[in-house]
Amino acid sequence: MFGDYSIGDLGAIFAMQGFAGLILFSVYVLMALGLAIIFGQMGVINMAHGEFMILGAYVTWMTSNAFQSFLPALFPGYFFVAMALAFIASGSLGMLVEWAMIRRLYKRPLDTLLATWGLSLILQQAYRSVFGAREVGVELPEWMMGSWQATDAIQIPINGMFVMCLTILITIVVAYVLFLSRWGRQVRAVVQNRVMAGAVGINTEKVDRYTFGLGCGIAGVAGSAFTMIGSTGPTAGQLYIVDTFLVVVFGGAASLLGTIASAFTISQAQSTMEFFMSGSMAKVLTLLAIVAILMMRPQGLFALKVRK
Amino acid sequence: MIINSRFFNRSELIGFVSLLLLLVVILPLALDVFRLNLVAKYLTYAFVAIGLVLCWGYGGILSLGQGVFFGLGGYCMAMFLKLEASSVANTKIQSTPGIPDFMDWNQLTQLPFFWKPFQSFPFALAAIILVPAIFSFIIGAAMFKRRVGGVYFAIITQAIAAIMTILIVGQQGYTGGINGITDLRTLHGWDIRTDHAKYILYFVEVFFLFVAILVAQFIRLTKLGRILVAMREQEDRVRFSGYSVANFKIFAFCAAAVFAAVGGALFTLEVGFMSPSFVGIVPSIEMVIYTAVGGRLSIFGAVYGSLLVNFAKTSLSETFPQLWLFGLGALFIAVVLAFPNGLAGIWGDYVQPRIDRLLASRSKKSGNGGLVANGAPAE
Repeated sequence: MFGDYSIGDLGAIFAMQGFAGLILFSVYVLMALGLAIIFGQMGVINMAHGEFMILGAYVTWMTSNAFQSFLPALFPGYFFVAMALAFIASGSLGMLVEWAMIRRLYKRPLDTLLATWGLSLILQQAYRSVFGAREVGVELPEWMMGSWQATDAIQIPINGMFVMCLTILITIVVAYVLFLSRWGRQVRAVVQNRVMAGAVGINTEKVDRYTFGLGCGIAGVAGSAFTMIGSTGPTAGQLYIVDTFLVVVFGGAASLLGTIASAFTISQAQSTMEFFMSGSMAKVLTLLAIVAILMMRPQGLFALKVRK
Repeated sequence: MIINSRFFNRSELIGFVSLLLLLVVILPLALDVFRLNLVAKYLTYAFVAIGLVLCWGYGGILSLGQGVFFGLGGYCMAMFLKLEASSVANTKIQSTPGIPDFMDWNQLTQLPFFWKPFQSFPFALAAIILVPAIFSFIIGAAMFKRRVGGVYFAIITQAIAAIMTILIVGQQGYTGGINGITDLRTLHGWDIRTDHAKYILYFVEVFFLFVAILVAQFIRLTKLGRILVAMREQEDRVRFSGYSVANFKIFAFCAAAVFAAVGGALFTLEVGFMSPSFVGIVPSIEMVIYTAVGGRLSIFGAVYGSLLVNFAKTSLSETFPQLWLFGLGALFIAVVLAFPNGLAGIWGDYVQPRIDRLLASRSKKSGNGGLVANGAPAE
């Protein structure tokens, strides 16, 4: 399959596909970060995660429309406001869901899966009723359009680069919050031993609620970033949810580093293969490879060594 | 294998006889042939739901990939029927006569090798059972031997459902693609589309359903069923007692897969086509809700759950298409939060005691247990 291309062509193809893979990687990482916090730290399967992401995307879309009609002068910077709003919207919805539903189900992980699936159906239909079944696209500010010509064969779109930088930034912030801040220590204490954490005075219920809220909030930011590279429809979240779960499981559920590494591997494998065969076969092969590896190494790539 | 108690206790016998009456006498008399065919379609899902009662309710293994096995059974049947429908005489306008129409549209000039054995009816029937059994054995052996379970198993089976759909849709020359295998006409020269045939198929299906119910009840009552329950509650203790937990799990998963496949094959006969829309993630998880609504521990509940959810789906999506997804979503949440044992749980908690009391006041003897005699999961 490499026969028809010269070495230089192949280099350019790999660079371009590699970059396309990096954008996919960014979306995966942003989605998977929130999921890794919720699933890895709390053991809750949130099948509605994609819908939290889409909520962020719709918030971004509404913000961009609002800026266009009321504050056209500030339009180039609307995205940062939109991101913050998306985080708040998805995060508060997440906290509400945790309060109303999830906290009753912590001892039944399989049932959280079914309940959040139900939630995802309701949210999808709600989006369809409110925003319409048609996909919506966000208008990009001028500075994000166009692309950067690296060499004559390699072109890199600016919005892609922006999304990537954003991903790196958010990852650093999440790592900081979880590993260095006081609140992050509380989260990890609750995960490691809920009873003891409660005994030393941590309000475990509150920590649970904010952890779930944070995970959903990051999904909202992911949705916000997602609008930069694709259009948003009511069911777009569902397309990504299985992939994202595989990313989290493949990486080792409780490990943020593992999540990033597996998102990188999966997105690169998929986008490189996509060039040489049909998109559906590339997807099938990637998923099959992940499932096969998971069968041989069920704990994922980076498993935390803990006593059970 | 020792059968520990009577095959049916009193309340289960009542449940069995009333279901028999409902399906064999009441529904065929009350409904016209179109509606009866719809009931037949819903009942094919009851096979999947009964399998899930064994696998999920008793074994504690939540499979989100039952659509795959439903599809495998359905496609095996559809391949046989399609080959019969595309005889050389029927397809002489094609550029290659004698192959299914969608292959001709995709520029295939001969039958792919894996289609050829499906020209024989006995092979197709064997494949309906064996293909899903072998496939589920491979998945189950790979996962349970390595002690993958719980949510990981659920996610991986879901991924397998996704892979299967993408594969079927992507390889349309071999599988019929997104439209599936359509335009099925005859089974051994017998037209399956007439009203008369639909009546006969309905009763054939009900017969198989009762066979499935009896098999499931048999599994539930043998030592095997007891071990499944023990495994669900305390996996390690069962393992330390010297049982091979993995083998029992594999068995439960394979049994559920075969049940689903039989349902799928009957679905193809009843509805006259098979398509990837019954294979993927969404239908697979909907099949779980049939079991959850009926009661994950109740075999009869599974049948009623499939009938009720599908009936609600058809009638709601006919009149208020928007409401259906809200309703289905709310159903998922309500069943999980408020009624973890579904309709059978409600029946066992509220209705059954009253009936018992009523009967006990007449004669002093009272029967023990309800439909959920083996207890709710203590997770």
